[in-house]
Amino acid sequence: MKILITLEKDHVAPRFDFTREVLIVENKGEKVRTVILPRSSAEELCSFILAENIDLVVCGGIEETYYQYLLWKKIRVIDRVIGPAKEVLKRVIKNNLKEGEIVK
Amino acid sequence: MIFLDGKYAFSFVYSDKNWLIMKAKCNESFIKVKDILEAIPYGAAFLDENFRVVFINSFLEALTGYKSEEVKGLDINQIIKTNVFKELTAGIKKEEKLSIEGDIIDVHRRRIPVKITVTRFSQGENRWFMLVLEDLSRLKEKSLFLPQFGMEFILGNSPAILKIKEMLPIFATSNATLLIEGETGTGKDFLAEVIHKLSPRANNPFIKVNCGALPEPLLESELFGHVKGAFTGANADKPGMIKLANGGTLFLTEIGDLPFALQVKLLTFLDDKEFYPLGSSKKVKVDVRVIVATNKKLRQMVKEGKFREDLFYRLNVLKVQLPPLRERGDDILILADYFLKEFSEKAHKKIKGFSEQVLKVLRSYKYPGNIRELKNIVEYAVHVCSDDWITEKHLPEYLFTAINEEDQQKTLAKDWSSLKTQKNESFTWAEFEKKKIIEALTSCDGKKTEAAKKLGWARSTLWRKLKKYGLE
Repeated sequence: MKILITLEKDHVAPRFDFTREVLIVENKGEKVRTVILPRSSAEELCSFILAENIDLVVCGGIEETYYQYLLWKKIRVIDRVIGPAKEVLKRVIKNNLKEGEIVK
Repeated sequence: MIFLDGKYAFSFVYSDKNWLIMKAKCNESFIKVKDILEAIPYGAAFLDENFRVVFINSFLEALTGYKSEEVKGLDINQIIKTNVFKELTAGIKKEEKLSIEGDIIDVHRRRIPVKITVTRFSQGENRWFMLVLEDLSRLKEKSLFLPQFGMEFILGNSPAILKIKEMLPIFATSNATLLIEGETGTGKDFLAEVIHKLSPRANNPFIKVNCGALPEPLLESELFGHVKGAFTGANADKPGMIKLANGGTLFLTEIGDLPFALQVKLLTFLDDKEFYPLGSSKKVKVDVRVIVATNKKLRQMVKEGKFREDLFYRLNVLKVQLPPLRERGDDILILADYFLKEFSEKAHKKIKGFSEQVLKVLRSYKYPGNIRELKNIVEYAVHVCSDDWITEKHLPEYLFTAINEEDQQKTLAKDWSSLKTQKNESFTWAEFEKKKIIEALTSCDGKKTEAAKKLGWARSTLWRKLKKYGLE
């Protein structure tokens, strides 16, 4: 499963449309890389997610339009997540993260 | 120590229970910051010097979907998710009070335009911030709601509408329960919102609850709220819509669908203006104006024993009956013009108006879906039309079928009544209709499409009737 977490500093970015950096995780955390995006744009981030064949997106606030678009493209989205990306990732790998969760 | 108006002084200290409290100088009494924030009719948060949450009020809890206890110590932007956070933090360093317009993403994934006001309090070396978040979506959507526009915004000059417009200031200033009755699509929700916006409660919340949308246990919790542990899955306190509407208006739509058991609880609340949240032994007192709406005939439901008589009389203090569109005469054209302008602008089209023939069609159609249906018809026509004027070819096909069927029905009814007067009493309507079908089919050599046309029906209607009368 390929996971993407939107980043702001080392936390999950509060807004999907203002994200400038993402964390891409593969093989249950064995392969991790950070990608700096050229600009913040929800549309471009959606295209990037599709191009990267991401299976699961973890983010903060996301507008319904983009949320539904990703679901339609069969990409799972866990949104309104708050917390340090590292801890959030641990929870995702353990399949123990749900929408609106605050990880401390 | 902070001075307000040179009269009152207070300081912020933590109590032994770790509550941030305001210590007033005058009488040394303590006020919890929590209580001050709860009194603000907007989303509000109290923050420490690093913009970390000390407390958020229940409005902000409802808007963001996070509980105050969960988010204590977190960066406020993680909670409100605004696009202007950097500007806010930079600006407040220079000024004591700052207001910025921006947007947030709420719990329902909606982008909401807001005005964020941050006020800085200093106490020695400590600094605190109060953040207030005002929802501008209603204002931005409908600046036409402002009192001076209220009258004009309810379009139409038919007698029934003029009467409602006349009564509008009385409805708005009163605190009495208002019952709005009308068929589906007549604008009940819209009228309730106009009344709220014209009332002295306009700056407080307008909360709408659809009584037909939720099953009984969920609806009870939605309306009255619950406390933690009230039932399985109640992991935290929930304020309930009535509490959220405090100071404003609670609009209960589809009141006819309110379950019988909840009718009693609502009646008690309307009488006392206080209620017990689910599982709580503590009474909650609120100041709420209640408006209810229904498309059912409540009086009839009372007779049938489906609606409590005492609740009906409690709700029926002030009453508005919204007329169906078919009874509003030329209001149909006024509304059609208004929608045409609205949709043309949205679609970036320069449509001048409707052709004479279209106006005739619009006037003669009966609109079972009322204003909502008219709006949809105009929207369809605007999208389909690429000319300067909307003509018949731009209207949905079903309009003509419905009008033809109606005309034909009228002609049939006329023939029928003339037959009746010829003292043919034993002749039934079914037999008469059957005879007409046979006549039409005979004259068209059995061609069903032509016969349907002749009868003024759709092919499917003829087919259905043929089956009904065993003429297949």
